[in-house]
Amino acid sequence: MSTTSTSTELPFPGLRSGVELVPTTDEPQTGKDFTSDQEVRWCPGCGDYAVLKAVQGFLPDLGLRRENIVFVSGIGCSSRFPYYLDTYGMHSIHGRAPSIATGLATSREDLSVWVVTGDGDALSIGGNHLIHALRRNVNMTILLFNNRIYGLTKGQYSPTSEAGKITKSTPMGSVDHPFNPVSLALGAEGSFVARTIDSDRKHLTSVLSAAAAHRGTSFVEIYQNCPIFNDGAFDAIKDNDTKADAIIPLVHGEPITFGNGSKGLVRDTATGGVKIVEVGTGHGQVDPAALLVHDAHNPDPTTAFAISRLTDSGYLNQSPIGIFRQVERPAYDDLARAQVATAREAAAGDDAERLAALIGGGDTWTVV
Amino acid sequence: MSKQVKQLDRVIIRFAGDSGDGMQLTGDRFTQQSAVFGNDLVTLPNFPAEIRAPQGTLPGVSSFQVHLADHDVLTPGDAPDVLVAMNPAALKANLGDLPRGATIIVDTHDFTARNLSKAGYDANPLDALGDANDPLGEYAVHPVDLTGMTVEAVKQFGLSRKDAARAKNMFALGLLSWMYGRPTDPTVAFLEKRFAKVADIRDANVAAFKAGWNFGETTESFAVSYEIKPAPMAPGTYRNITGNLALAYGLVAAGVRSGLPVFLGSYPITPASDILHELSKHKAFGVTTLQAEDEIAGIGAAIGASFGGALGVTTTSGPGIALKSEAIGLAVMTELPLVVVDVQRGGPSTGLPTKTEQADLLQAMFGRNGEAPVPIVAPQSPGDCFDAALEAARIAVTYRTPVMLLSDGYLANGSEPWRIPEVDDLAVIDPKFAQAPAADDDGTTPTFHPYTRDPETLARPWAPPGVAGLEHRIGGLEKADITGNISYDPANHDFMTRTRQAKVDRIADSLPPLEVDDPSGQARVVVLGWGSTYGPIGAGVRRVRKAGYHVAQVHLRHLNPFPKDLGDILSRYDKVLVPEMNLGQLSLLVRAKYLVDAVGYNQVRGLPLKAAELAEAIGELVAQAEGVEVDLTAATTEPSSQEVK
Repeated sequence: MSTTSTSTELPFPGLRSGVELVPTTDEPQTGKDFTSDQEVRWCPGCGDYAVLKAVQGFLPDLGLRRENIVFVSGIGCSSRFPYYLDTYGMHSIHGRAPSIATGLATSREDLSVWVVTGDGDALSIGGNHLIHALRRNVNMTILLFNNRIYGLTKGQYSPTSEAGKITKSTPMGSVDHPFNPVSLALGAEGSFVARTIDSDRKHLTSVLSAAAAHRGTSFVEIYQNCPIFNDGAFDAIKDNDTKADAIIPLVHGEPITFGNGSKGLVRDTATGGVKIVEVGTGHGQVDPAALLVHDAHNPDPTTAFAISRLTDSGYLNQSPIGIFRQVERPAYDDLARAQVATAREAAAGDDAERLAALIGGGDTWTVV
Repeated sequence: MSKQVKQLDRVIIRFAGDSGDGMQLTGDRFTQQSAVFGNDLVTLPNFPAEIRAPQGTLPGVSSFQVHLADHDVLTPGDAPDVLVAMNPAALKANLGDLPRGATIIVDTHDFTARNLSKAGYDANPLDALGDANDPLGEYAVHPVDLTGMTVEAVKQFGLSRKDAARAKNMFALGLLSWMYGRPTDPTVAFLEKRFAKVADIRDANVAAFKAGWNFGETTESFAVSYEIKPAPMAPGTYRNITGNLALAYGLVAAGVRSGLPVFLGSYPITPASDILHELSKHKAFGVTTLQAEDEIAGIGAAIGASFGGALGVTTTSGPGIALKSEAIGLAVMTELPLVVVDVQRGGPSTGLPTKTEQADLLQAMFGRNGEAPVPIVAPQSPGDCFDAALEAARIAVTYRTPVMLLSDGYLANGSEPWRIPEVDDLAVIDPKFAQAPAADDDGTTPTFHPYTRDPETLARPWAPPGVAGLEHRIGGLEKADITGNISYDPANHDFMTRTRQAKVDRIADSLPPLEVDDPSGQARVVVLGWGSTYGPIGAGVRRVRKAGYHVAQVHLRHLNPFPKDLGDILSRYDKVLVPEMNLGQLSLLVRAKYLVDAVGYNQVRGLPLKAAELAEAIGELVAQAEGVEVDLTAATTEPSSQEVK
């Protein structure tokens, strides 16, 4: 008996939008149409409000039928999100939203599926589901609200908290090394990986648009301030005095430069990564024309990963923001449905006839 | 040479060899031949968890037992009449199960010094055959060089010696087929199909199979062959089927009869994986299978698909249920249809992956946080897994609830003849999706309330996304009655907790009355069982009756809720015996619920209960209840139901 493994060529459904199979509407929509009757119960000043407003404001732009949009969340402050949107929604259990969304998106091609999760939900208890959703490239958009702290359980360190962080569960400082969510998503074969900020509605909305349009799993890390347990965690990238030096903006096709043009990125031939240089014509400075041009569509994620490493793992004084990677790869749910469709097309007769043939197959005998 | 043909009413044969010797295939083919011939039969595959345990060792022994008869049989048999042993380890590992006088056919080829030593033999037991100190003196031993003759029979195909020797199991199958007059055509056809792509292997296996038959026909070592006439069975078309296959077919049927696409989220685990394998072949029925990253993702995806309007299913064994518990609670809270299949195996922890047990009943019943009632359905035989799967789906869809389907390792891999049902006779399952609300006279659409209830079933509306006007949010937080909004109200939580329980209790309204098997009507002892113990209990009960005593039998398909008449039935008997492959889980439940003094008969040996031992236990209770001496020696074999009726 041959035990050689075999494989088959899978059909590539071709390039199409993440919402291509979702029914659209000509009815004008506003943010209000997406606002549920539930009272929003986040703390005053929570960054989640800004994201909710941005999402409610952005959803009408998609022009999709409201009843074909589903938000699925896990557990945590951000996971209350679905209650506040007048779409279909499920507030599930801790860490499992990507798995639930995978089943939903695979069984229903006509839905726009969104996952709302946090740094604890997605990266700690649900880490396994996150990486496998990214690997499979299920057609959904994952919004990871990263506040670098546990909010709903009242202030323990999270998998993105900086080492040394003093919290209720780490009175002498956390000795855990944190995850960089973008690096993780890139390593997990993510086909769309982006980072944005709760308070920058314009940037947030542009990233959400691109994420929704992407077919496959879109991963969006949203820096989000927790005013109660980790206030000020993102001040350096939000403060008008410091943000020009703290944010490294990534725009596809543009040279990567920041600090009001004074700094930029080049390849680091010594490490194989990228490094920050002074931009200019002076001694030790790099000519603007020599800066690294951001290529989000590069099939090789190496450079995107290298750029992601410029994120501070301690207090956030520096972070690249934007779409790190956006490449086409067949989506799991498209392929899974294509196999079912192919099998159904090849089958003759109705289901009842074929069921009779199935259960009546094999070696049979008849007793009269 | 014409040989003597003896009539038998039944025989128990065990094929045993090394894990790599193909004993499961051999046993399965012998079973298929016997099934096609028309015998009733029950099988018991028994194999190690290791794929290839060290060759020639005791832990590496794999066996397949089949009990075939000219009447209906209920168990794979307590002790084999015939043992086919392919090596010393197989002989040693199985000898203890053989009764005096049993026939042993042994492949002498592997009785080398090295293999004998691996099996723990100091001396070759075959060397002393017929001597005064013959260690096998109690048995009728046939030493045959099966391997040598196989190699000789297939040499024309030019295989390596190793490949040639691998056909020895087909030689053994041919010999046994001759001995018991089995039809050979199905196996020849099977081999031609299985090895269609490798002509020399195909031809070698067919040649070895035929050579085995011819050897039996011509050798003087076997003077007698046997005939076991077909068993009388109800009219219909039959096939032999294992529990896992029947269960998978039942799920496909549930999809067809409900009009719902079946979505299986599953993580491979013994002994449930074959259901995943089987369902993955049936995409033509709209079945989607997702091999998830872990047990939790398997059920998560199934819940997501159920939310989307599919029949969500997840399949696993006990350790997987432990991991899925929180998600089962989510399905309880969100009141979504879900079938959770637990093919039970020996526990706790990793336990005995390939051996059977019934010790997950209380896990299924109570293994969640909070008050989280889950209906439980259990099949009683391999073929019954088909009906049980349909029933689980019916309850799940009708009552919008996760349902636990408790199979076990014995049902999963064991097989029996199964009368193939007519598709039109199968239950129709109505998903009854929520309809889009009609606009009121003033043109406004009423708000959809996802936690209103059907007055009869207490089921809430199932409203998959895609319908305008039914937008709603569900989740694991407590729901307010009717609206489904988050509610921390004390009275509401109390009400909803009781309502979820009442909904599950309502299922009992849809169940038929229990069948009480009490032919004389004079029994004072009732034996109550559930799941795969149906066969051994039935066989034990028959023995007791054959010896002239009265005993009743009741078997439960529904463990939660219990059928409404169970309490009354139990109260009619002086003694209630509950045999289980656990330490008394159903006993605990019926004692708690009905205040009956249930007596347990409990074994956790990883094997089905033995009918003879069980009969003794029943007999003891009958003796107590009736104040008589009970002597079962008159009933030493498993009698047919015809004999006692």
